[in-house]
Amino acid sequence: MSQTTDKPSVEQIWDWLDAVPDPEIPVISLVDLGIIRGVAWEGDTLEVAVTPTYSGCPATSVINMDIETALRDHGIENIRLKTQIAPPWTTDWMSEKGRAKLEDYGIAPPQPAGGPEKCPHCGSKNVTLVSQFGSTPCKAHWRCQDCLEPFDYFKCI
Amino acid sequence: MTRDEALAQFLLRMGDNTLILGHRVSEWCGHAPVLEEDIALANTALDLIGQTQMWLGLAGEVQGMGKSADDLAFLRDVWDFRNLLLVEVPNGDFGRTLMRQCLFDAWHSIQLGHLMTSSDERVAAIAAKASKEVAYHLERSADTVVGLGDGTEESHRRMQEALDYLWPYVGEMFQSDEVDAEMVKAGIAPDPASLRADFDALITRIMGEATLTIPDSAFGHKGGRTGKMHTEHLGHLLTQMQWLQRAYPGAKW
Repeated sequence: MSQTTDKPSVEQIWDWLDAVPDPEIPVISLVDLGIIRGVAWEGDTLEVAVTPTYSGCPATSVINMDIETALRDHGIENIRLKTQIAPPWTTDWMSEKGRAKLEDYGIAPPQPAGGPEKCPHCGSKNVTLVSQFGSTPCKAHWRCQDCLEPFDYFKCI
Repeated sequence: MTRDEALAQFLLRMGDNTLILGHRVSEWCGHAPVLEEDIALANTALDLIGQTQMWLGLAGEVQGMGKSADDLAFLRDVWDFRNLLLVEVPNGDFGRTLMRQCLFDAWHSIQLGHLMTSSDERVAAIAAKASKEVAYHLERSADTVVGLGDGTEESHRRMQEALDYLWPYVGEMFQSDEVDAEMVKAGIAPDPASLRADFDALITRIMGEATLTIPDSAFGHKGGRTGKMHTEHLGHLLTQMQWLQRAYPGAKW
């Protein structure tokens, strides 16, 4: 009966989701990635809207499972996950915190110019494209011409 | 034919194109000439299969018979498929695979550009999502066609052979029938024939840069998008793609 008053706030849930790592790039959270599009209570059911990064990204089902697991661990029982494809995900939704963490991790963050600003290892701007596709659908493969290290670039879409 | 019957056919055509091409491209996994190309091909295939889930998912919904995208992909036989013949022909060599990709991507990007303003917001949403991925596919396939076409003597020869082989499959993209007429009337999708000028302009530019000659022939194979006559290759493809459901009907994991 009194369950409504016990419901965690939407802000609290966003914080919890911000602690759920992306399964393929675990240094950033699902919130950093910008794929959580909405959190709302519908009566006693928590509705979370999730948008896929790339339509065929194999991490999507793992992400949904991770969200459910995290929320259940915080005591939320009724969860409804909604896939929302419009508007389509864009790297503009990535948080500043997420971009900084990506770079620390060795992945160049997305740039509107369509290529990395600099090498995430040594900071050189002398970088070259190896392949337009990389280790996951969201990344391309680049190399630094100065430190000679290869690195991932998070594609800007 | 009711509006929804036509819409379901239209959605099958979109989803079957991406499904069959996605499967064909995935056949390269582990076989590409270099690792980077292998990864690029697998990623392209993945995008196409992802788009298939959206198109066939919506097709199932519109049909209203409780069929999922998986049901439509795995439980239909050759005569029920509505993909262009272009996407079912075997891969051939790497050059032919990339030439086919380029021809398809050019059409696909133009088609999705129109569908983004579809009167059906579900169609518009899928198109907006897919078009971002397809813009990237086209950039890569066009770059590769130019690189190989304007490359060595052998790569040039192979790319010209690929273009000569695939060109008769291009015309089918622009054929219209009563399904298309219904889609145009409803403002859901453009008349396929209306995309031809943009396609020709784009492909003429790419092939020019690639130093390749577009065959001077209007002959076109047809029958895929209507389901009237597929090539023998589609049946072989399905025996691979649908193997699990054929051997173990209803299997799940």
